[in-house]
Amino acid sequence: MMRVQITKRTANVRPRKKSRPRHIHVLKNLTFYLPLLVLTLLVFTAVFADVLAPHDPVAVSMQERLLPPAFMEGGTKKYLLGTDQLGRDILSRMIYGSRISLSVSLAVIAITASVGTVMGIVAGYLGGATEALLMRITDISMAFPPMLLALLLAVVFGPGFWTVVLALSILGWAPYARLIRGETLKLRYTDFVAQARINGASSLRIMVKHIFPNIVNSLIVVITMAVGMLILAEAALSFLGVGVPPPAPSWGYMVNEGRSVIDRAWWISAFPGIVIGLVVLSGNFLGDWLRDKLDPRLRQL
Amino acid sequence: MMQNRAKTVLEVEGLRTSFFTRKGEVKAVDGISFYVREGETLGLVGESGCGKTVTGLSLLRLLPEPAGRILDGKILLDGIDLLALSKKEMRAVRGKVISMILQDPMTSLNPVYTVGEQIAEPVRQQQGLRGEKAREAVIAALRLLHIPSPEVRLRDYPFQLSGGMRQRVVGAIAMSCNPRLLIADEPTTALDATIQAQYLALFKEVQRKTNVAIIFITHDFGVVARMCHRVAVMYAGKIVETAPTEVIFRQPWHPYTAALINSVPRLDRKVERLYSIKGQPPSLINLPPGCRFCPRCPKAREICREREPEARQVGSEHFVFCWQVS
Amino acid sequence: MSRYIVIRILQAFLALIGITVLVFILVRASGDPTHLIITPTSTPEEIANLKKQLGLDKSYPEQFVVFVSGLVRGEFGDSIIKRKPAAEMIKEALPNTIKLGLPAFFIAMALALGLGVLAAARRDSIYDAGVKLIAVLGQALPGFWVAIMAMLLFSVRLRLLPVAGAGTLKHYVLPVGTMVFFLLPGMMRLVRSSMLDVLDAEYIRLARIKGLSEAKIIWKHALRNALIGPLTTAGMIFASLITGAVITEIIFNWPGMGRLLVEAVTARDFPVVQAITMLVAAMDLGMNIVVDIAYAFVDPQIRHQKS
Repeated sequence: MMRVQITKRTANVRPRKKSRPRHIHVLKNLTFYLPLLVLTLLVFTAVFADVLAPHDPVAVSMQERLLPPAFMEGGTKKYLLGTDQLGRDILSRMIYGSRISLSVSLAVIAITASVGTVMGIVAGYLGGATEALLMRITDISMAFPPMLLALLLAVVFGPGFWTVVLALSILGWAPYARLIRGETLKLRYTDFVAQARINGASSLRIMVKHIFPNIVNSLIVVITMAVGMLILAEAALSFLGVGVPPPAPSWGYMVNEGRSVIDRAWWISAFPGIVIGLVVLSGNFLGDWLRDKLDPRLRQL
Repeated sequence: MMQNRAKTVLEVEGLRTSFFTRKGEVKAVDGISFYVREGETLGLVGESGCGKTVTGLSLLRLLPEPAGRILDGKILLDGIDLLALSKKEMRAVRGKVISMILQDPMTSLNPVYTVGEQIAEPVRQQQGLRGEKAREAVIAALRLLHIPSPEVRLRDYPFQLSGGMRQRVVGAIAMSCNPRLLIADEPTTALDATIQAQYLALFKEVQRKTNVAIIFITHDFGVVARMCHRVAVMYAGKIVETAPTEVIFRQPWHPYTAALINSVPRLDRKVERLYSIKGQPPSLINLPPGCRFCPRCPKAREICREREPEARQVGSEHFVFCWQVS
Repeated sequence: MSRYIVIRILQAFLALIGITVLVFILVRASGDPTHLIITPTSTPEEIANLKKQLGLDKSYPEQFVVFVSGLVRGEFGDSIIKRKPAAEMIKEALPNTIKLGLPAFFIAMALALGLGVLAAARRDSIYDAGVKLIAVLGQALPGFWVAIMAMLLFSVRLRLLPVAGAGTLKHYVLPVGTMVFFLLPGMMRLVRSSMLDVLDAEYIRLARIKGLSEAKIIWKHALRNALIGPLTTAGMIFASLITGAVITEIIFNWPGMGRLLVEAVTARDFPVVQAITMLVAAMDLGMNIVVDIAYAFVDPQIRHQKS
């Protein structure tokens, strides 16, 4: 659930010759602009959360607890999406929650993508014992149940922002390493790499100047596709109570909080879940779109 | 000639096949007519993309759906119009009455089934043979294609065989139900030169034994010379010239045919330089009016640009579509 | 072939040793569990006694030897919280997870296979669109949220199904459904794309040329080739059923391994966490070997590999 599954098949992937109906073409562009809009909004919301939020996300108001959303009977304009058991504003909490989702995802991507890329390029380019060792470590990392490790780490270090980042990063680099190694292997035997070698370029220089620029496209695609998965994973950890600890308003934690009063106040769980779904959907669509544009060979991802 | 008395197996009249894509209608095959007799090999020759393979697939009604469609024409097999058959009836024709050999033996066999199983399938499906009888038919097919120790080979998986051997297996599949017509789509292009010669000789022998009619699709006039009794030259979805092989080599009428023949290196003739055809075949979406070859034709005249040439008979079984002839 | 499997088993064994060490270190690093048991009135003697009783007074290497020799005998030590053997607790919880996980796994795989194949065979049809929609939603909506919403709809509003707990057949509907929702989309997508690749292959065209029926082409010629990729994923999914059940068991208050794990982790109940981790790791590795063997059945090329 938390691991990016990369099952790139070895079967020869040929481009399809079949034509697609026109409406699919129009849809393809929509699946770019709408997700882009949603994700831009997410970043905007996260950055300007303190300006946008109508209330303090952690301000408790016991008189105004379990208020329904404004559009329902008994709801007020003051709390557009209602309040939770402690009378906190759902909307404001969700706005602040975007900061947690986004910052955790970005931190994890920064760590996993860079570690994975370095490991992948080094393993793919140097080969031999280095490659064997790095790839064994990668295999073991990919075989380890991510949920189990996340739970263990949460206990070892106590719940917190960096614990979540570590829990998601410690295994998350492996799929990058595997993919980048594959790409590097293909580049290693190209003529321009051979030429650079003949010209006396060092291994480091070849990896940085010749190999890396050629895998950037694949990297961008995989990173985009990981966004949705990370947001889901962060939400799942928060839901289990091992995410960024309360009172910080994480979306997954909010869904969990609403669980005990689901019969009386469905909105506490419902709204954060919808937002998670929307953001993840956008990330996945954008990833698909980028993959088709930049690197159609990764269709299996 | 002997072949003139042989019965006609296949007769195609005005076949038109198009692909409907986002960019428009691709007229892959645009009104072609030809015939093949028992025991005869017709070479279907042309550059890639001229519609040879689409013609072959049209005969089997196996165009990629939903883009490909047969728009018009008749495909008469022993007098029966295949285009009038139901899907189910058509399926009974495939493999049994018409079969086909694909280009690449490395990819045209299913990697997870044994050779014997893959040959047995059409035998069971189309001839209703089971058990020992089916096995005998499989072995007979392997023998026909000179596959050594067939009883052992039929337990092999494709990956255990060489490319040439695999293409023989594909041939055995095609011949397993004793078809009337065999379409061979560049069956030797993917093979080494020596294996290629063996394979061609093998097919001549198979034809002698079974009297099967063969449509041999190729781009190589060298192969044509060795294999085919008659030739139909295709250009941009149309047949431009058709004639008995020795006639066409001696006296090609169409400038395109002449250019193709001249581009084959030969030892028995002194050639100053190998001929190459300037330019590219036209896009099959926006075809020019008039003769399709005229933008590349060294002998193009005013009329060539305006009207499509009609068939002219210039000899026994020799037809040309070119204004130069009239 | 047999050599290949021996190598795989050897590799799995090495990995198991690695995980044993890792688990041992991680669990010790998570802090002293005696703090959770002692009360403010506990005397130092009592604490020392407790540590001795739990074997925590020994040095780490000694503890490791005790840990490993216990593993070999199938003993994982006693739960610190519940004061009974961890193995016994697992014995109580495991059947519940199996009762939840097995039906969910087989339902999800059967659906993934059927729908994935249908979508590929009828590409760009209404079926394909439906399958894509399920896949897209399934991969975007958080499973725990869908489970809660299903609970709200079917249990709270419509009162058709029990809210939580285990017991009657009705109790299975929502938890199994939730797990199917977790497992289905990725697998279905994989089957579909794998099938599409295979359907483009030349040997499929040859099968059509032979005059085989569409059903034979899809179920005999295409599927067996298309399964080679998804098989690995299915194995991985099966191996991770215990951790995969965590969220479902928490939501529906299901007395299985997942819930036991979360409870044990939050209570720092070493022996139980250790036991579950070892079991999960062993299952994972065992499943990998099963997948390798299954591979050999599907793909003759692997079966005939001599080296």
